[in-house]
Amino acid sequence: MGLPRLFPVQASTFAPDVDHLLYFLLAVAVFFSLAIFCSIFYFAIRYRRRSENELPRAIHGGMALEILWSVIPLGLTMVMFTWGASIYFNESRPPDNALDIYVVGKQWMWKLEHLGGQREINELHIPVGQAVRLTMTSEDVIHSFFVPAFRTKQDAVPGRYTTTWFTPTKAGKYHLFCAEYCGTNHSRMGGWVYVMEPRDYEAWLSGGTSGGSLAENGQKLFDELACGNCHKPDGSGRCPSLTGLFGKTVQLAGGATVKADEGYIRESILQPQAKIVAGYGPIMPTFQGLVTEEGVMQLIEYIKSLGPPPALPR
Amino acid sequence: MITAAVQEREDYLNATHGLKSWLLTKDHKRIGLLYLATITLFFFLGGAFATVIRIELLTPGGGLVSSETYNKLFTMHGVTMIFFFLIPSIPAVLGNFFLPMMIGARDLAFPRINLLSWYLLVVGGLFALFAMLAGGVDTGWTFYTPYSTTYSNTWVIATALGIFVAGFSSILTGLNFIVTVHRMRAPGMTWFRMPLFVWAHYATALIQVLGTPVLAVTLVLVLCERVFHIGIFDPALGGDPVLFQHLFWFYSHPAVYIMILPAMGVVSELISTFSRKAIFGYRVVAFSSVAIAVLGFLVWGHHMFVSGQSVFAGMAFSFLSYFVAIPSAIKVFNWTATLYKGSISYATPMLYAFGFIGVFTIGGLTGLFVAALGIDVHVTDTYFVVAHFHYIMVGGAIMAYLGGLHYWWPKMTGRLYPEAWAKLSALVIFLGFNLTFFPQFILGYLGMPRRYHTYPAEFQILHVLSTAGASVLAVGYAIPMIYFAWSLRYGKVAGANPWGASGLEWKTASPPPVHNFDRIPVVTHDAYDYSTVVGEAVEVG
Repeated sequence: MGLPRLFPVQASTFAPDVDHLLYFLLAVAVFFSLAIFCSIFYFAIRYRRRSENELPRAIHGGMALEILWSVIPLGLTMVMFTWGASIYFNESRPPDNALDIYVVGKQWMWKLEHLGGQREINELHIPVGQAVRLTMTSEDVIHSFFVPAFRTKQDAVPGRYTTTWFTPTKAGKYHLFCAEYCGTNHSRMGGWVYVMEPRDYEAWLSGGTSGGSLAENGQKLFDELACGNCHKPDGSGRCPSLTGLFGKTVQLAGGATVKADEGYIRESILQPQAKIVAGYGPIMPTFQGLVTEEGVMQLIEYIKSLGPPPALPR
Repeated sequence: MITAAVQEREDYLNATHGLKSWLLTKDHKRIGLLYLATITLFFFLGGAFATVIRIELLTPGGGLVSSETYNKLFTMHGVTMIFFFLIPSIPAVLGNFFLPMMIGARDLAFPRINLLSWYLLVVGGLFALFAMLAGGVDTGWTFYTPYSTTYSNTWVIATALGIFVAGFSSILTGLNFIVTVHRMRAPGMTWFRMPLFVWAHYATALIQVLGTPVLAVTLVLVLCERVFHIGIFDPALGGDPVLFQHLFWFYSHPAVYIMILPAMGVVSELISTFSRKAIFGYRVVAFSSVAIAVLGFLVWGHHMFVSGQSVFAGMAFSFLSYFVAIPSAIKVFNWTATLYKGSISYATPMLYAFGFIGVFTIGGLTGLFVAALGIDVHVTDTYFVVAHFHYIMVGGAIMAYLGGLHYWWPKMTGRLYPEAWAKLSALVIFLGFNLTFFPQFILGYLGMPRRYHTYPAEFQILHVLSTAGASVLAVGYAIPMIYFAWSLRYGKVAGANPWGASGLEWKTASPPPVHNFDRIPVVTHDAYDYSTVVGEAVEVG
């Protein structure tokens, strides 16, 4: 088995960021632990009781010391807060050119789908140096997508989308775990992330698909479910046009607005009554049970493919 | 004549006899002992679950028990240890026994309610035991939805009812302490003359009274969804699973302070008595307990940094979490400063207090790691968190509980325990504890997720170390059981104040009379004034 490692491999751009903060925290922790342990050892020996009748002079405290040992730790913790928060903030802001991959967790497997339609179970193949954004949900209970080598983790929550992203920096094979307890085979719900050189990744992509791309499959589903009967591209239908919808700000009945992102489209398919577009009636039935989580993801990619928002009419 | 009189003296143990005199007692001291017996049983039950878990984790492939069984074991370990051992431990045993005595009262404010609290814990415990015997429960002690409400096929309802009922035990104990501290203090016992143990229990009681009802409500909502399919948490029924986490942690983070604040109170007593000095910065330490209780209610979201809550919420909860670290740090600094120019004894309770400071410092400092957002994303739900909270709850709370038990054992029983054995077991516990849990920090940062029945082989060495430590720890916990029992009959007679301690509880006989004091004391000094305790004092320092 050999000696165990003390620190995990660094295989994403976040990994060194997180580790540097860890080293800072370790330094602070070791300093204060040693200071306290040494003081206790020293006092315990220096002032050990020598006779049963000893009565030490009472010392009731000192405000200057109290302030000193409140303010210094407070300052240090604020550094920790700011440093940790800045990493967290970066982890929530995927770059625009990130590669989109959809993830569905279910008891007890990870199902992943690439834009080209390549599907994987408990494996994820991605190219080195390319930012990857995961949009994920769960079919049943809460799971958590955890890749220690990337220092990232995100819960996959049923009923909503969550996202995470990372840029792998080192080709190799890394553990993928489910980190949120999800039932009997929780510890077996995992596999491997394969970070590949771009050339190998291209080869893998071309060998891995059987059906069409995500958007093509979404279009098929769109036709099967007859969505187009109401959502006509020119806006003449009973429901809003979906052309150029993605990314747009939508005006809702009642005055609120919402950004048309993945989560909004998912909700509009499964719970159409939740947000009604201004000027339209609440006539759409729910597609809960008629379309799987993967199907919803395909529909989203199809809607995304319907072009950019049209130029505003003059 | 005098010897005969001492032997004939009536105390709370020999005043009445028979099972009925115990089961219907309204004496806070006897109720404290009823709690002691009850939670000791639960401690060894929870420990038995932990033993099987640690043996199972010796090998990565999981050969000893099935995954279903493993999941039930860690759930029942957590449920037993948290709700039926740690939450009641120091408050219900040591607090029940000594809080009234330390403020010069004859009993708690509501003796009947105090007895009711014990019965509620027993009834709740029986529900939980029934669930365990009937087939167990596998949701984790955290009962995350929708797993607990829709997907688990185990005894969720009985377990949740057990915790619900036991929660009222905790609420009523807290209520009793609050009223007692307000209304029952002896003449001259002003707020700032109260021992820090009492301040810590007062702060704890605030959390018990304000936090526990939220847990009760949450468990009722879980039962509503599980039994009547009312959509609250399961998205398939129109609910929100993350809402459960907010409600659960709103209680369960403060619950950590229900476990650790009383421990801090015990340690303040031990450090003062065995260095024969007033606690440095008494008022600062007293207020830091209250500050922890208040701030503890504002940090629950730090359990949910990867749950999908907003980035802004994550930042707010991280920021607030650092503020709760400061009063804890202040306590450690003040305890250390108290030792300066003291008269330091190495009696067993003091060894536990030193051990407490050691492991609590590591537990507290690693709390800074998990409060840092960027680090927590990586280590949450790994063994790093497991190690962190065991350093607080096992290293901290149990070590203080054992220290307190040794300290007050002579008062409770009138007998001294054997000092050499006690020192040995304190050392064994300290070493066993660190060997068990320190490797888990490394495991967690390497990425080993918690609640895993099987794991990659590369983690095995650290798991083997941890199991080796757990074996040592088990021996350490077994030794005091034996010598405490032995001491009841063969221990040296203690006398009223074997440690030269300053508290009012030491100014009455050991074991105390039924009504604690022959005459209600009149308090004329601050807490921790040793000038009246030490006869023919030799001034030092």
